[in-house]
Amino acid sequence: MRLTQGQFSFLPDLTDEQIREQAQYAIDKGWAVSVEYTDDPHPRNTYWEMWGHPMFDNPDAAAVVFEVNECRKEHGSKYIRVIAFDSSHGWESIRMSFIVNRPSDEPGFRVVRQEGEGRIIRYTVESYAVREPEGRRYA
Amino acid sequence: MLDKVQTVTDAKKRYSAGVMKYAQMGYWEPDYTPRDTDVIALFRITPQDGVDAVEAAAAVAGESSTATWTVVWTDRLTACEKYRAKAYRVDPVPNSPGEFFAYIAYDLDLFEPGSIANLTASIIGNVFGFKPLKALRLEDMRLPTAYVKTFQGPATGIVVERERLNCYGRPLLGATVKPKLGLSGRNYGRVVYEALKGGLDFTKDDENINSQPFMHWRDRFLYCMEAVTRASAATGEVKGTYLNITAGTMEEMYARAEFAKSLGSIVVMIDLVIGYTAIQSMAKWARDNDMILHLHRAGHSTYTRQRSHGVSFRVIAKWMRLAGVDHLHAGTVVGKLEGDPATTKGYYDIFREEFNPQALENGIFFDQDWASLNKMMPVASGGIHAGQMHQLLTYLGEDVVLQFGGGTIGHPHGIAAGATANRVALEAMVYARNAGRDIWNEGPDILRAAAETCTPLKQALETWKDVTFDYASTDSPDFALTPDVSM
Repeated sequence: MRLTQGQFSFLPDLTDEQIREQAQYAIDKGWAVSVEYTDDPHPRNTYWEMWGHPMFDNPDAAAVVFEVNECRKEHGSKYIRVIAFDSSHGWESIRMSFIVNRPSDEPGFRVVRQEGEGRIIRYTVESYAVREPEGRRYA
Repeated sequence: MLDKVQTVTDAKKRYSAGVMKYAQMGYWEPDYTPRDTDVIALFRITPQDGVDAVEAAAAVAGESSTATWTVVWTDRLTACEKYRAKAYRVDPVPNSPGEFFAYIAYDLDLFEPGSIANLTASIIGNVFGFKPLKALRLEDMRLPTAYVKTFQGPATGIVVERERLNCYGRPLLGATVKPKLGLSGRNYGRVVYEALKGGLDFTKDDENINSQPFMHWRDRFLYCMEAVTRASAATGEVKGTYLNITAGTMEEMYARAEFAKSLGSIVVMIDLVIGYTAIQSMAKWARDNDMILHLHRAGHSTYTRQRSHGVSFRVIAKWMRLAGVDHLHAGTVVGKLEGDPATTKGYYDIFREEFNPQALENGIFFDQDWASLNKMMPVASGGIHAGQMHQLLTYLGEDVVLQFGGGTIGHPHGIAAGATANRVALEAMVYARNAGRDIWNEGPDILRAAAETCTPLKQALETWKDVTFDYASTDSPDFALTPDVSM
């Protein structure tokens, strides 16, 4: 499967130049860009690991691409995303999020059904990868 | 006009039995400066021939507040001057002989806190059938902060909805299941599964899907949630389907809402026809149960569409933001349903902004502060397709649900292919916009380029290449964008 979270997962994988272009758009809007990685891509896993702090005062998206590549060196077999945070009143949340790195093999998720009375089913979506402990999930 | 009409101030004359002009009873006060806490309503009035515009405006003020057709002595048992609504300004409507804009101010004490039913019972309760008027339309309202703060507002709001969906920086994508009536639960869930797996965020019940012989509601909910969960697992994304819980009684709606919740649905849906109090009740339930609340504006065109009579949709939008729904249909500009671009922008601003400055060119007559009430997500639905993506993104922006029903399900290679075509077109357009491309002019090129690596998009563009809905609007703003409009 292909994990399609984020803004651009239906497009071909972004090149470094394309990552720079999108990050610069966020910076020019006044948003703080940061890099995060995970080996637990469950759709409700909100807290990916932070690769450093959000780059609050960084004017140049080349620095974002640099950090993405630094992160890839250490976590290249995991999911890495770039997010942009808008601190302005009334939003104070994320404005952009796109995946910039993914494992070569994405096993995906299974649906666990707990069957109850009256045809009720309680569903759980579980990543095949998380059966392994953290850090050992992707090759 | 009766500019010189004076309120009768001599109490003995004012309250002697009989009939008196509304303007003389104290419902016309041209010198009145509205207070910050007043509710202000702007009506478009079309008086009967021979009826003076000021008297008509005063009559609207009277009949929507304290007056009846004759003088009553019991006024004197109250602080009646405070409770009288005051027409304070009457302007001719530009280029519309016989029509006038009447500004009417209402004291805050006239309204029960947190009740759309009470607000509307006054403002649109009696006056619309008033004989001295040929027609009457409520164009806009200014809701004071003190009153706004008595309402819950959208149960979830745009920001938290995005956080729950884990989806940022692009419009959301949806589709209404078609045919809207007749599918069995099992077949219905198939459409949901294919559309969500193909790339949509949401699917949607239509307004008239409730619980009918061909598909009872529990069956629909069960099959739909199987489809939603399977699609979520197939993509790693949070998915939802608007389960329409509209029913004949509140008890039944609560039962359906609880069942949807028990199955793990993130969103439920109601129709505008259930009424304002029912909407507020469901908004409260949605807030209490972490549920996104979608409102389908079923029935609104019966009173919003004609320019001379009824209630403008911008007013309905304001009421619904107070009432507390999260999603509301607001027009597409380019699709098959009514929607002039300038007027539609006004609606979208009411949904999404924290403060609306007066913008006559968009039909917004008053500054409106939303006092940190959550934002509503507008939904664009009806006759739109992937080939219009650049126009949709330009007109409607990013915080919107774009719903391609026919434009997904009607794809020549199936529902999932239709969904993928829409998602690729959307991501390509957002990408291009962020990269600095001029999407309004280069849109078709951007779509063609994206279609090079996406066959479903290529097929969609080919299928619907010539489909446009280009008709004159029945409801466009009265004021063009000129700096010298003296309002």
